[in-house]
Amino acid sequence: MSDTIQVNRWRRYSDWDGRPLRLDRFAKEDPANGFAAFKSPADPSPGLTLAAGRIASMDGVLAHDFDMIDAFIAEYHLDPQIAPEAMAMDSGEVARMLVDMHVPRERLVQLAHGMTPAKLVDVVSRLNAMEIAFAYSKMRPRKTPGNQAHVTNAKDDPLQLAADAAVAAGHGFDEVETTMRVARCAWSNALACLVGSSVGEWGTLFQCSSEEAEELRIGMAGFTSYAETVSVYGTERSFTDGDDTPWSKAFLVAAYASRGIKARCTSGGGAELLMGYHEAKSLLYLEARCLCLQRGMGVQGTQNGGIDGAPITASIAGGMREMMAENLLAVWLDLECASGNDARATESEIRVGAKILPYLIAGSDLICSGFGSILKYDNSFNPSLFNGEEMEDFLTLQRDFEADGGLTPIPEAEALSLRIRAVEAISAVLEELDLASPTQAMKTSVIAASGSRETQTFSTGETARISEEIQARGINVIDVIKALAKRGFRPEAGNLLQIVKLRVSGDYLQTSSIIRQGRILSAVNDPNDYGGPGTGYRLTDARKEEINEIRDLIGQSEVLSDQARHRRAESRRITYAPQGEAPKGANPHEVVIGISPAFGLQLYQTTAGLALSDVLSALIRGITSGGGVARILRMHHTADTSFLGLTAAEMSGSGFGIGIQAKGTAVIHQRGRMPHNNLELFSNAPITTLAHYEGMGRNAARWTHGERPEPVVVPTDGQALGARFHAQVALIYAIETGLTDPSRPPEETFVTFADTGAKA
Amino acid sequence: MRRTLTRADFPLAETAPDQVQGARGKPLEALTLEAVLQGDVTIEDLRITPQALLAQAEIARDAGRAALAENFERGAELVAVPQELIMETYEMLRPGRVKDAGVLRERAAMLRRDYGAEKLAEFLETAAIHYQRRGLMPG
Repeated sequence: MSDTIQVNRWRRYSDWDGRPLRLDRFAKEDPANGFAAFKSPADPSPGLTLAAGRIASMDGVLAHDFDMIDAFIAEYHLDPQIAPEAMAMDSGEVARMLVDMHVPRERLVQLAHGMTPAKLVDVVSRLNAMEIAFAYSKMRPRKTPGNQAHVTNAKDDPLQLAADAAVAAGHGFDEVETTMRVARCAWSNALACLVGSSVGEWGTLFQCSSEEAEELRIGMAGFTSYAETVSVYGTERSFTDGDDTPWSKAFLVAAYASRGIKARCTSGGGAELLMGYHEAKSLLYLEARCLCLQRGMGVQGTQNGGIDGAPITASIAGGMREMMAENLLAVWLDLECASGNDARATESEIRVGAKILPYLIAGSDLICSGFGSILKYDNSFNPSLFNGEEMEDFLTLQRDFEADGGLTPIPEAEALSLRIRAVEAISAVLEELDLASPTQAMKTSVIAASGSRETQTFSTGETARISEEIQARGINVIDVIKALAKRGFRPEAGNLLQIVKLRVSGDYLQTSSIIRQGRILSAVNDPNDYGGPGTGYRLTDARKEEINEIRDLIGQSEVLSDQARHRRAESRRITYAPQGEAPKGANPHEVVIGISPAFGLQLYQTTAGLALSDVLSALIRGITSGGGVARILRMHHTADTSFLGLTAAEMSGSGFGIGIQAKGTAVIHQRGRMPHNNLELFSNAPITTLAHYEGMGRNAARWTHGERPEPVVVPTDGQALGARFHAQVALIYAIETGLTDPSRPPEETFVTFADTGAKA
Repeated sequence: MRRTLTRADFPLAETAPDQVQGARGKPLEALTLEAVLQGDVTIEDLRITPQALLAQAEIARDAGRAALAENFERGAELVAVPQELIMETYEMLRPGRVKDAGVLRERAAMLRRDYGAEKLAEFLETAAIHYQRRGLMPG
């Protein structure tokens, strides 16, 4: 039919197409191809049989059919003393125990040591996302939460790495992890981050993620204090494809211990899927195998929760909940948990914020593993969930929820001085060890630069040469300490020594160790003792204050001093001459403008940044052009827009008036109307222009001629004006209400504009 | 004989600094910046000792972390093992590197004999059984 409506698309879909979310691609659930978060038909049912104290079968597999992972778990993870009891318990009952604040953590940890991977999965998959977060908060090993930073550089620039490591340490990151764009730069990157993180208070643990053997050598030279690159996988084929076995990895973990270096393993949902050997099992089941394996290896902790597999995991239904469940399994097994939140799993900032929130409010040994403290393009691991760009968003979330994400805001001047000190320190070390001589221009550009695209510094090739020389000459941390001290960086030299000394006692090898205020905090001496409200980790008043001090807070003094900056300029433009109590008007075309108590006396600008003289002038111009006569009364009895307007209308000869507050909110009112039933209102002062005020004046005048003019509409683009202005508005309004005197009548005010000499 | 350590002894650097010593016998208090600058402290003094790892193993066991304790005990046995030998043994444990279980068992015997590494030896012997069973020995 010819009159059929022809519309082929609702354009809202085009709007949605343009949003960052649409860059994310989502996968269909397909267990046969490994796309299943919590459950797959190929997952085994929980089961364990013991014969003569030995494990005869586990999760449906007979002992002689065990693959390497099964065998390792049976040999080193499962505790035959506890297993019969733990495996016999109803999974629903154990799930309830996990969220029961009266069941102690120790009891649950003990039970986990007797559970097979399938049993652990059967329990945690019964919890919804909130229950998982709650259980995580209760089960994480160390009471005090912490965080880890990535400090990397697209140019592998030692100067910028040092500066960025110093800022990361200044923000309070407990650990800093680096890696390289060019593998040959490993030693230089390690040296640079180490020196940078020694600026300020000591205690930042540091690792350099590189090839296994080299990482251990860098550690032995005293440059690094921990390692987390010991990757494990949930299927045998993935493991052997990664050129390792559970035994080789466990051997490596013991080797790190023997060198006094803190170590954790790495695993995470989606790894086996990406490697192509998923055996059609669910992500969570495979991860449970990884975690049982890690506990059996005797490593103190894990980095899990997606990790490199986070983006693919997040593409699957329930993927984000699955990552939370993985982390819960880790801490339930009593492993330190560096809980992922590293690989950027989405382009949507909303999904980023939602991803981090459960961890932020539950706390975690290391909330991110790590947080990209540098810009996205400088992250040699690939962008993190949070990056240098979003640092202040994270700091604000901490403040919003009064939740300790392990970070502390630092004043801009302090960040700059940390950078200067770090660049000077690494330059001194490079010179003293005869490795390189950074020029003044290089230092200056690095100190100021937000990212490596802005720097004039060493080329990556030059840095590789520096790095190879560090290695070839066998330079170690003692040489660095001596170089620092010789060049006047004694505090930094002392800080470095403190870090290396940690390995002598080995205290920091215990589960969940970090350094705070020069002391070790671990699951041994700072155990999570959550048992309901009032227990577990709580912010102290001092810590709350630290978290609250984000940048550019405003208070009354900031508002007053901001307004005072405009006082002199305004006094040159306008004078307000009070004339005593105002009479009622008689002119039938009069429009009274009722100004608020502080208008032009303590406040000089609207929230749109318009001078009040200009605003008043625009209103008067409008009234005049509309055929009206303006009269100005200062109100003392009220600062409320509606009552300013209504009083103005009542005092006006025409019965029409305008009320305006100093912040710019304005109204046209009419005598006899209900206070909040006005004729026109500009409620969004921050986006109201002089043209709008002039239009309002004209309309008010037209009302006096018996017309019903088209209302002036202030168009909004949907800005969150409340977020931008309400703190300021409330403070400004308090200044106005502070000046009100309910018994004082409206005052006739003669206004003179200096530029035109016009009066009103 | 010394008593078994518990969680209450943690951290050792605070509870017993005089008993914590580096690889060449220097106590923690002697490891000062001055001593480093005068050349009295080298990287060797900053190495962990088997004693420290065994002490940490006791603390871990008391804290209910037997698997962690065993890792510390394996680590204690590796302290004296040179870096090259560690990397060589690690290489042998990687998939398909050794042709038959006998090679792994020989390495286990060598570690037991030359370094008193009883736990590590057992660990390697267990690996050999499973490597053989799973066909990781191509020969």
